[in-house]
Amino acid sequence: MRSGALDGDDRVVTVTTAPPRATRPVSGRVVAGVCRGLSENLHLPVWVVRTVFVILALTGGIGLVLYAAFWAVLPLSPGLVADGDLAAEDDFEGARSADFTRLLALAAVAVGVVLLLAALGVNIISGSVVPIILAIVGAALVWQQADDDQRSTWSATAARAARQTAGTTANAGRWRIVVGIALVALGVIGLLVSRTGPAAAVQALATALLLLLGVGLVAFPWTYRRWREQNEQRHALIRSEERAEIAAHVHDSVLQTLTLIQRNAADPKEVQRLARTEERALRSWLYAPTGDPDRTFAAALQRDATQVEAAYSATMEVVTVGDATLDAPLGALLAATREVMVNAARHGGGAASVYAEVHDDSAEVFVRDRGQGFDPAAVPDDRHGLRESVIGRMERNGGSAEVVSTVGAGTEIRLRVNRTAAS
Amino acid sequence: MSDRLLRVVLVDDHAMVRSGVRAEIGADVDIVGEAGDVATAIQVIRETRPDVVLLDVHLPGGDGRAVLDACVEEVPETRFLALSVSDAPEDVVGVVRGGARGYVTKAITGPELLDSVRRIADGDAVFSPRLAGFVLDAFTGGAAESDDELDRLTPREREVMRLIARGYTYREVAKELVLSIKTVETHVSAVLRKLQLSDRHELTRWASARRLV
Repeated sequence: MRSGALDGDDRVVTVTTAPPRATRPVSGRVVAGVCRGLSENLHLPVWVVRTVFVILALTGGIGLVLYAAFWAVLPLSPGLVADGDLAAEDDFEGARSADFTRLLALAAVAVGVVLLLAALGVNIISGSVVPIILAIVGAALVWQQADDDQRSTWSATAARAARQTAGTTANAGRWRIVVGIALVALGVIGLLVSRTGPAAAVQALATALLLLLGVGLVAFPWTYRRWREQNEQRHALIRSEERAEIAAHVHDSVLQTLTLIQRNAADPKEVQRLARTEERALRSWLYAPTGDPDRTFAAALQRDATQVEAAYSATMEVVTVGDATLDAPLGALLAATREVMVNAARHGGGAASVYAEVHDDSAEVFVRDRGQGFDPAAVPDDRHGLRESVIGRMERNGGSAEVVSTVGAGTEIRLRVNRTAAS
Repeated sequence: MSDRLLRVVLVDDHAMVRSGVRAEIGADVDIVGEAGDVATAIQVIRETRPDVVLLDVHLPGGDGRAVLDACVEEVPETRFLALSVSDAPEDVVGVVRGGARGYVTKAITGPELLDSVRRIADGDAVFSPRLAGFVLDAFTGGAAESDDELDRLTPREREVMRLIARGYTYREVAKELVLSIKTVETHVSAVLRKLQLSDRHELTRWASARRLV
C-alpha cells in the first residue's frame, strides 16, 4: 500500500528515502533516462555520461548494448511519478519536448561523427547496420512503452489520475508497440536478407517462427498465470484504496462526532443533534444521493430536512416517491414544505414524517407530526408562519394547503401543486 | 394475543444492538437466543424454532438473506422481521423478497418494535414508512402494460401504502379510510406478497443489485 494514502484527495505523498541504487527518472530523459539516472548516481554531469555512451555506441555498438542492459536492469524512479497529478504530468510533457530537441542535437553529433569516420576511411555503414539500427529503434519503442505502462499502473494507485493516463495514452501506446514490433521485424528480416540472401532468409524466418511458437506454447501457462496474478493484485489494490477512502471519511467525520458526543455527554439534546446530523451525513455519503439538491426535488427536500434537523434538534423521516427537476411550482412547494418542517420541529414535538409524491402533473407533500396539535381557526392573525408562508404561498402558485390538526394527536399539513400549469 | 410470551431470537452482529433490543423488549417477550453471524443464527433458529426472528440485514458470513434462505423452508412457523440501519432499496427489497415479513429501521422505539414483533407473530406484515415509499416507487409507472395482478397495486392498497408512508399507524390508516384494522392488515399482507413475488423490473433490479435475485 502507498504510504500517506489518507492524506489528501489526489496528491499522494510518498516518503522516499534516498535510494542507494540508481533509478531511471521519467523527467529530463532523452530515451529511457538511463544516462540521467547513472549521472545522478555517479554525481557526474549528465552530458558526460551521454557522451560516453554515444562514443561507446559508435565504437562497435558496445554503448548500445550497455544502454539496453542498464535500461532493463535499472528500475523506473517512482518518486517523481507518484506525484501523478496534472501539474507533474505537464512538467513531464514539457521535459519530453525539451528532450526531443536535445535528442536531435545528439543525433546530429552522432551523424557527424559517423561521417567523419567514413571520411577517414573507417567503414561503419556496412550492409547490416541499417537493419540493426531499425531493430534497436523498434525495441526501444516497445521498451519505452513498457515503461509507460508501468508508470500508468503506478498512477492507477493515484485514484483518478489512473483513468486519465490510461485513457489518453492507451491509443498512442498501442501504436507505439505496433510500430516498434514492425521495426524490429523489419530489422531482423533485413539483417537476415543482407547476410544470407532472400531464399535462406525465408527458411530461417520459418524456423524462427516455429521456435517462437514452441516457446510460446511452453511459456503460455506461466505467462497467463502471471498476468492473472497481476490483475488480481491490481484489484486488491483498488479495494484497499476504497477501504482507505472509507477509513479517511470515518476518521474525518465520524470519529470527530463521537468525540464531540463524549464531550457533550451531559446534554442529551446536543448529543441527539450531533448523532442525528452525523447519521444523515454518513447515510448520504454511503447511499450516494440520487440527485443534485440544486436541481432535483427529492434531493433538495432531503437537504432541507437535514438542515431543519440540525437547526432545531428535530427528527424528520423523509420518504419521497418519484422525482423531477425543480421548477417554479416545485420550488414553491419546497419552500412551503421547509416552513412546515420548521413549524413541526418547533411546535410539533420535534419529530415528523415527511412524505412527498411527485407525479407528472402534480406534486404533494404531507408533513405529519405527533405534537400537541392545535385548532387552526384559533391561530392569531399575527402568526404569519403558516398562514402567509405556507397557505398563501401555495395558493399564489396555483396549489393548495390543508391543515388537519387534532388537539392532542398531532398535526398533518397537506400541500399540493399542479405541475402542468407551469410547464 | 395468547397468554404465553412470544419466543424471539435476535440476530445482529453488534452485541450493543442486541443488548439494546433486549433491554427494550426483553420484559415483554421471551428472548430464547442470540446470534452474531450467519452460521450461529441458522443453528440457533433450528434449535429453538422461535416465533419471531429479528434479523439484521448485514451480517458477517453472508448477510441476512443467507439466514432466510437456510431457514424459511425448514422452520415455516418462524416469522422474520428485518431490522436494519440501511436505507438502501436493495437491502430492504432483498430481505423482503427473501421471506422477511417486515422491515423496520433500528431507530424504531421500544413500544413500536414490540408492536411490530406481535404483528409479525400474528402473520401480518410490518411496513415502515420508507418500505411503503419503496413499494409505491417500485409499483408506480409502467404498470399499465402488465396484466399480471402481482405487478400492480389495487387503488385501496395504494391508499394504504400512501398513508403508511405518511407516518400513519395501522389504527390511524383504518380510521382515515373507515376500515377495520384487520382489513388494513389484509391489504398490507397482500402488498407484501406482491413485493415478494412480483417480477417488476424495479424489484428485480433492486434485488439483483445485491446479487440476491
